[in-house]
Amino acid sequence: MSLNDPISMVPAFGEAIGMSVDSVDGSRLTVKVPYAEHLVGDPDTGVIHGGVITAALDNASGWAIRLSEDWEEGKSMATLDLRIDYMKPATPHIDLLITAECFKETKTIAFVRATAYHDSPDDPVATSIAAFMKGTPNEPRA
Amino acid sequence: MEILKQLREEGRAEDMQALVDHIPYAKFMGIRVDRKGNEITMVLPFKEMLIGNPVLPALHGGAIGTFLELTSVIQLMYNTQCERLPKTVDISIDYLRSGRPVETYGRAFVTRQGRRVANVRAEIWQEEINKPIAASHGHFLLTPV
Repeated sequence: MSLNDPISMVPAFGEAIGMSVDSVDGSRLTVKVPYAEHLVGDPDTGVIHGGVITAALDNASGWAIRLSEDWEEGKSMATLDLRIDYMKPATPHIDLLITAECFKETKTIAFVRATAYHDSPDDPVATSIAAFMKGTPNEPRA
Repeated sequence: MEILKQLREEGRAEDMQALVDHIPYAKFMGIRVDRKGNEITMVLPFKEMLIGNPVLPALHGGAIGTFLELTSVIQLMYNTQCERLPKTVDISIDYLRSGRPVETYGRAFVTRQGRRVANVRAEIWQEEINKPIAASHGHFLLTPV
């Protein structure tokens, strides 16, 4: 499936961390977060903050659900939970890649795995697992 | 961490705002520390850039996750006066309500502090403390002084 509008539209916070879609391969989506000084979590080492990775994992996971054939246009989704394991610090001055894939969907819930890495998903910086509620209303709240 | 050594030498080891201001990403998000006695409340003032869904509008899950993680780490730093920032091993986030475009507050509680690892719970809320918008628990690796 090709990139559709909801995916190419990066939310404000995604833009704030410099995130963009890198590629789409079937049900798998990869986003990129280029290294930047304002993302640093430890000024002594220059390693980016875990929160940047959290944001990218969350966003990539949500986008992965939109790739599904069952995705209902005009609807939104809500993250129910997100668990992240940090395996090793990100390397300073190198872009971060995040690949996400929705591996199971029910009528109301989608389960998504994602991995953050530099060179290969086999050597992850962090991995996550998330559950999303699908089909939540996407209109201004009352 | 240089700043921690410096703060300790200046007798300001409890100055968590100075620490937050030294973390570029925390400063970029505009996070503030409100300390009353030994009670710490983290404050995330609303900014347009924190939005994840512009239609509702709602705060980005990543902004919420970052705020929970920082709330946990700062509370841990305050309790332990570590030499270095604790490293996050894992964090589990429960999203309870969508975050409105207003100021958000956070508090954390160190559930268990071992020699090397600490377990920390955090909760964040907006207008009503009894209606948290998200909660987390995580494990953090410590470097004792």
